[in-house]
Amino acid sequence: MLIARGLEKTYRSGERTLTVLRNVDLDIEEGDFVAILGPSGSGKTTLLGLLAGLDSPTRGSVRIAGTDLTPLSEDERARFRRATVGFVFQSFQLMPSLTARENVQVPLELRGDGDVARRAAELLRRVGLGDRLDHYPAQLSGGEQQRVALARAFVNEPKILFADEPTGNLDAGTGEAIIALLEELNRERGTTLVLVTHDPHLAGRARRTIRLADGAIVSDTAAAA
Amino acid sequence: MTFRRLLSLALRESRFSRRRLFLFLSAISLGVAALVAVQGFASTMQREVREQARAMLGADMQLSSREPFGPRSSELLAEFAAQGIAIARVTSFTSMARHTGGGATRFVQVRAVEPGFPFYGTIETSPPGRWEALHDGRNAIVDPALLVALDAEIGDTISIGEAELTIIGTLERLPGDIEIASSFAPRVFMPAAYLDETGLLGFGSRGEYDAFLKVDDLELAELIDDRYRPVWRAERVRSRTLREQQEQMDEVLGSLGRYLGLVGVFALLLGGIGVASAMSAYMSRKVDGIAVLRCIGATSGQVFAIYLLQAAVMGLAGAAFGVALGAAAQWLLPQMLTGLLPVDVPVRVDVPAAAGGLLVGMWAALAFALLPLLDVRRVSPLSALRRRVEPLPRGPRDLVRTGAWAALIASVLLLIVYQAQSVGVGLAMAAGIGATLLVLWLAARIAARSLRAAPRGALPYTARQGIANLYRPGNQTVTVVLALGFGAFLIATLILTQANILRPLAVNTETRFNLILLDVQADQVEPVERILARRGIDVLESVPLVSMRVAAVKGEPVRPVNVTLDSPEDGRETERGRGDGPRGWAVRREYRSTFRNVLSDSERLVAGKWWGNGAAGEGAPLAGAAADPKAAPYEVSLEQEIAEELGVGVGDRIDWDVQGVIVPTVVTSIRAVDWARLEPNFFAVFEPAALEAAPQMWVLLAHGEDADARALAQRDVVAEHSNISAIDLTLVQAALDEVIGRVSVVIRFLAGFSVATGFVVLLGAVATGRLQRIRESVLLKTLGATRRQIGAILLAEYAALGLLAAIVGAGLSLAAAWALARYLFDVPFAAEPVTLVALAAGVAALSAVIGLSGSREVFRSTPMEALREE
Repeated sequence: MLIARGLEKTYRSGERTLTVLRNVDLDIEEGDFVAILGPSGSGKTTLLGLLAGLDSPTRGSVRIAGTDLTPLSEDERARFRRATVGFVFQSFQLMPSLTARENVQVPLELRGDGDVARRAAELLRRVGLGDRLDHYPAQLSGGEQQRVALARAFVNEPKILFADEPTGNLDAGTGEAIIALLEELNRERGTTLVLVTHDPHLAGRARRTIRLADGAIVSDTAAAA
Repeated sequence: MTFRRLLSLALRESRFSRRRLFLFLSAISLGVAALVAVQGFASTMQREVREQARAMLGADMQLSSREPFGPRSSELLAEFAAQGIAIARVTSFTSMARHTGGGATRFVQVRAVEPGFPFYGTIETSPPGRWEALHDGRNAIVDPALLVALDAEIGDTISIGEAELTIIGTLERLPGDIEIASSFAPRVFMPAAYLDETGLLGFGSRGEYDAFLKVDDLELAELIDDRYRPVWRAERVRSRTLREQQEQMDEVLGSLGRYLGLVGVFALLLGGIGVASAMSAYMSRKVDGIAVLRCIGATSGQVFAIYLLQAAVMGLAGAAFGVALGAAAQWLLPQMLTGLLPVDVPVRVDVPAAAGGLLVGMWAALAFALLPLLDVRRVSPLSALRRRVEPLPRGPRDLVRTGAWAALIASVLLLIVYQAQSVGVGLAMAAGIGATLLVLWLAARIAARSLRAAPRGALPYTARQGIANLYRPGNQTVTVVLALGFGAFLIATLILTQANILRPLAVNTETRFNLILLDVQADQVEPVERILARRGIDVLESVPLVSMRVAAVKGEPVRPVNVTLDSPEDGRETERGRGDGPRGWAVRREYRSTFRNVLSDSERLVAGKWWGNGAAGEGAPLAGAAADPKAAPYEVSLEQEIAEELGVGVGDRIDWDVQGVIVPTVVTSIRAVDWARLEPNFFAVFEPAALEAAPQMWVLLAHGEDADARALAQRDVVAEHSNISAIDLTLVQAALDEVIGRVSVVIRFLAGFSVATGFVVLLGAVATGRLQRIRESVLLKTLGATRRQIGAILLAEYAALGLLAAIVGAGLSLAAAWALARYLFDVPFAAEPVTLVALAAGVAALSAVIGLSGSREVFRSTPMEALREE
């Protein structure tokens, strides 16, 4: 599903160059549930950005579902994302001027799909928000907002879903519910799941855990299932 | 904490937001600029007029009349002359000037002056010094425009009536002259000694008779005026002293400054509302920083002081910028008004106006920033630890806040009252401004709401998203619609009103005729018609005019103004004063009436019966007139308003004094007249039998397609009948367009300050929403939006915003322009839909351009920032 080869990312800061990721190779199987763990500054977020095609590497390549992202332009990567990739963020990232249903519709709308309202409503019912379709984000609690974000991430039926600290802004109980929902959707739909976190407990729920330190993979273990 | 430390902390804290803060507060700059420009211009001009008043009048006192001075007035003037007061008479009238060489003609204003005029100031001529030679012979000094019109040169001869004059020079500068007036009819100055030779000032011609007095002593002039005014009034002579002239000009210029300055006040208030809105959005993003400051020990007062100082410094900068802009605009104003001003206005920075602008600007910035700044006091230090902390509760009676509101309202009132220079007028204006803003605000809210509620399912996603963006939390949609909408409202109202005023005057489209021949004597009508026909000019209508006054209403004779020198009748009354009874003006005015058997297109009967079509008319006296067999009454039809003024209705009797002969009439019908139509209309229309024998002048209305043919026809007519004047309406129209065009450029220029303020407020809103907008478009990019889609969303958002504003502004302007047309200018109203649509499209396009240009960062941001921001 995902093949990364020789990923390297350096930033120039004045005279100095700063290497954030060095020579990362990674293969992720279809339907897998992978957690990327590491302390802050270890390059987790940079890696996630590169894998999802939000950013382009200084060196190396990323292929998702057979498509090489490296030579694509920013707009081409955007088209690729809306067809293949889903996202969940730590701070939910809902559009404040749109209702829950409208927020979920956005990826479909960007693609120009039909029947968007029904499909969005269906997914919101699936995450338990069937009665809050027309509420604005400000009228929802943090957990509810993240569930809207989950619905949005799944609505375009992505092959792979990236989640960045999805429970970071939630209390333990709510976070637990979100993770459970993520796992259910992962199983139901066969979506590949890539999760970035520094929470070992959350990482423990994944089938495979990759540890990152100082821009390189230091361990890669399969959970004892 | 000392003030110095607070100030330096305030400046340091603003390090990354100075440019944005300046943008918010510069919304007041344009209002300040308009105020400074208008105030500076008006007071410079006032000073100039005060200094030049004597030269402008050319004397210490002026007497004028529509007819030759009566016996008492003439006697008085002779007495004055005997006592050593210098007097110069000037007789003015319109006529045709004819080039004796080429035969070309032009309608002109002739001024026959006696030696000595003007007593003050100099008339500059080209070649220089010719004015002194005017009285040396049969000479004329003319406007340069006349030379062009007649294709003549200095040294050529022109004829005015029967007199032949040699052009010895052209006018360069005439003190107090409104230059553009000469484009209606160029001026010809000639010696009064040869006035009789023209043979023009006989019966029925419209002359203006002036006597200029050189008294030297202003007090003496006032004394003479007070003492003899009743005598003059009795003989319909108006008098004006230098002091009155000064006061009048001062008053006119003062009120001009005040009313034009209102445009500046409006722009300033709009800017202020923009400041308040932008500051409130800005402060809500400063909550984190404020909470941290509170955590580390800053009191709410200190925090408030820090942000207030920032606003004060940036407000000062914005006001200073406005003053500089205003000074530049003040320099432009006289150039735009070239030819319309009676004096040369020097470019001079008016220090009081500049200082006033700075103060007013500072005040507006602070007063409007104050209310949102007060919220700073309610930021809880807890917000630094946890998001979503409710703001500290607002006390049940927040006295500071109430005080800030009161100060804001009071100072706005004070500003308007100061601008109006009168408490009553100021309060009325404030009420008007308040009502206008309220209506605009309501309209903006309603428009914003209905756009939100409008079904937009059929629109593409990007358009829907753009419109939805207008309603994001903390949006400034209503403020921007208000500010932009007001600009659109002002411009649309000006355009509509100008079009409505000009439309009835449009020659060739609305009127049937384009050539008017005046002062045609009864026996000249036929020969003139023949001359015109030879040149292919059709006479459409020949209208006889008979001058008359009212002798008696319902048998009650009009009381002559009966004064002696000792009667203390109020001498200050104006000519049109209605002090002598409720029907004064209507009773005393001179009527120019006509006789005919048919109703014209521009009038309709509202009461009574028309004698028309010869049936009841033909001069057969009414049976009921037997009471006075010597003077059987004829039928007359009155215009409805004059009938009201005279207090008569159908069946009432009016006796007319037709140049010494009493003509008895009975009102048999009342007409409503559309005065806006450029047609010969009359207060009183008589049945032909009543006036056919009376001395009369005819007006011929003619039409000729070809301008050259019209010029040649005029030439032929004047060559044979030098008493006849011809007015080519297309020339009048051109001159009128020129005047209205120049005035409207200035008014639009000032209105432009409000429009520009609207766009600055828009820019401020774009700037406050910048971070959130970047965040949103980054998110959209992450979800797969292309840059084109992001651009389409922004475009839809700002175009919708501009369109909303334009609809609000144009909609309200329809109401305002309708009211102005109906109640102020009394002209028919037309909506000019093409103009309005073009205007709306323009505002929408401009706001889209401005919105997009303020959003470049939104395009540049990469989706990676969505993760980084966590």
